[in-house]
Amino acid sequence: MAARPFDVAAIRKDFPILETGIAYLDSANTSQRPRQVTGAMLEYFEQFNSNIHRAAYRIAEEATVRYEATREKVRALINASSTKEIIYTRGTTEAINLVAYSWGRKNVQRGDLIVLTILDHHSNIVPWQILAAERGATIEFVDIDDHGELRQDQYADLLKRGPKLVAFNMVSNALGTINPARAMTAAAKKAGATVLVDGAQSTPHQPVDVRELGCDFYSFSGHKMLGPTGAGILYGRRELLEAMDPFMSGGDMIKTVRVEGTTYHDLPWKFEAGTQAIAEVIGLGAAVDYLCGLGMEAVRAHELEITEYAYEALSEVDGLTVYGPPPSRRAGVISFALAGIHPHDLATIADRDQVCLRAGHHCAMPLMTRLGVPATARASFYIYTRKDEVDRLVGSIKEAQRIFA
Amino acid sequence: MSTGTRKPDDQFYREYILDHYKNPRNFGRLEHPDISHEEDNPLCGDVIGMDFRIKDGVIEDVRFHGRGCAISQASASLLTERIKGLPLEQAKQIGKADVLGELGIDISPARIKCALLSLKVLKVGAYGLADEDEEE
Repeated sequence: MAARPFDVAAIRKDFPILETGIAYLDSANTSQRPRQVTGAMLEYFEQFNSNIHRAAYRIAEEATVRYEATREKVRALINASSTKEIIYTRGTTEAINLVAYSWGRKNVQRGDLIVLTILDHHSNIVPWQILAAERGATIEFVDIDDHGELRQDQYADLLKRGPKLVAFNMVSNALGTINPARAMTAAAKKAGATVLVDGAQSTPHQPVDVRELGCDFYSFSGHKMLGPTGAGILYGRRELLEAMDPFMSGGDMIKTVRVEGTTYHDLPWKFEAGTQAIAEVIGLGAAVDYLCGLGMEAVRAHELEITEYAYEALSEVDGLTVYGPPPSRRAGVISFALAGIHPHDLATIADRDQVCLRAGHHCAMPLMTRLGVPATARASFYIYTRKDEVDRLVGSIKEAQRIFA
Repeated sequence: MSTGTRKPDDQFYREYILDHYKNPRNFGRLEHPDISHEEDNPLCGDVIGMDFRIKDGVIEDVRFHGRGCAISQASASLLTERIKGLPLEQAKQIGKADVLGELGIDISPARIKCALLSLKVLKVGAYGLADEDEEE
């Protein structure tokens, strides 16, 4: 698809919610969705609403074709080898749970080591904790340095212990740190580990190539990349997926069911039991089209520009501490603290100015504990973010400082 | 929806709320408390603990400690002022509406838990009542 020029004013016209006057600085939480996405979903509901893979009439065929078309779009986006490696899930959380259940329970044994990082989101921690408790495995966390970047020396030491699994996020949702995913994956593979890369915060914001990464599993959510909630992706290398048992079972994931037993469907449908989120998957396809239309290099370039601007502006505010690495090594996420002002109070004051800001632990409580803070305020950016919205945030911060002076 | 109900900040962060936040009353720890209890709000990392000295069924002294947003801290400070010297039986009558009323501001649903964290400490700690956290 030919890239359209990256024109923020034109992009914003596709997002009706931005006309309400909000400065939406919480896209790492969930992004906004353009008309193209809601339109594709509406078209399904109004023109060919029906179930997929079973009915023998025209609109059901149309629904099936559109639903399956998203698979090829996603495959191309992350450069997987085959659409058989693209499994629809409800989101990142379900994708990781699928791996923890179907791969983990078959492969992780008593005494095995699982390596995670202190930057991981709860969705990439809790499923492994449950698995480890069940199987008698151990978990070790890679720590961060003062810049909020993973300590590669410690990671190398942990790899020497021959972990069964290494799982980490490509980009930290809480600090924005861009991890050296390719090098980390290569090192883990060399150490004999299976590798899951959580791409929830990378896929929406930068080019991703799973074959270049070399990981075994890669997960992400549609709702952080202009798509609707309820549709996400698990990428898995085919041979691993083939060897895994189903996660959910029931309708649609089978070939034949007899009272004596059942044979499962082929990939990818083996992992897609029950009636699927058809409209959401179609919406995700439209979101991928939208992003590819802009080009992921251009998306990253825009976010870097906004992030550099915001980093500079926030660093100049007295009493403000920014966590994490410099802009060149971070995605469009800035977590910060204000002396004497709790993040929730700041978020409440920002809300009065219609600035949408996240305050809390960002589903990364181990990281908050590591940083020694109960919570941080977090601003995050996307294709529609303008510099004047960053200025509005700085205005809200100064207003909070006036109130709490 | 909060749009359409925008107010000046000063109404939300009223002077006395900021005062209780910056100069919390009964802040600190008691030596040898009869009851000591702590609760947190994991969502925002707020923590409030209270130490009580009870004599003849009366809350003779109370101190609170912890960290959190202006709403949680001011609400705790106000609550300790209210219950200090009060018979336990009377303190038991204090409900959510009383605490919110005393704060005297419109609390959004997202911040209700901040405002009620200290009441939870009082209820669970002093009376051993079941956790009412999930009740809206």
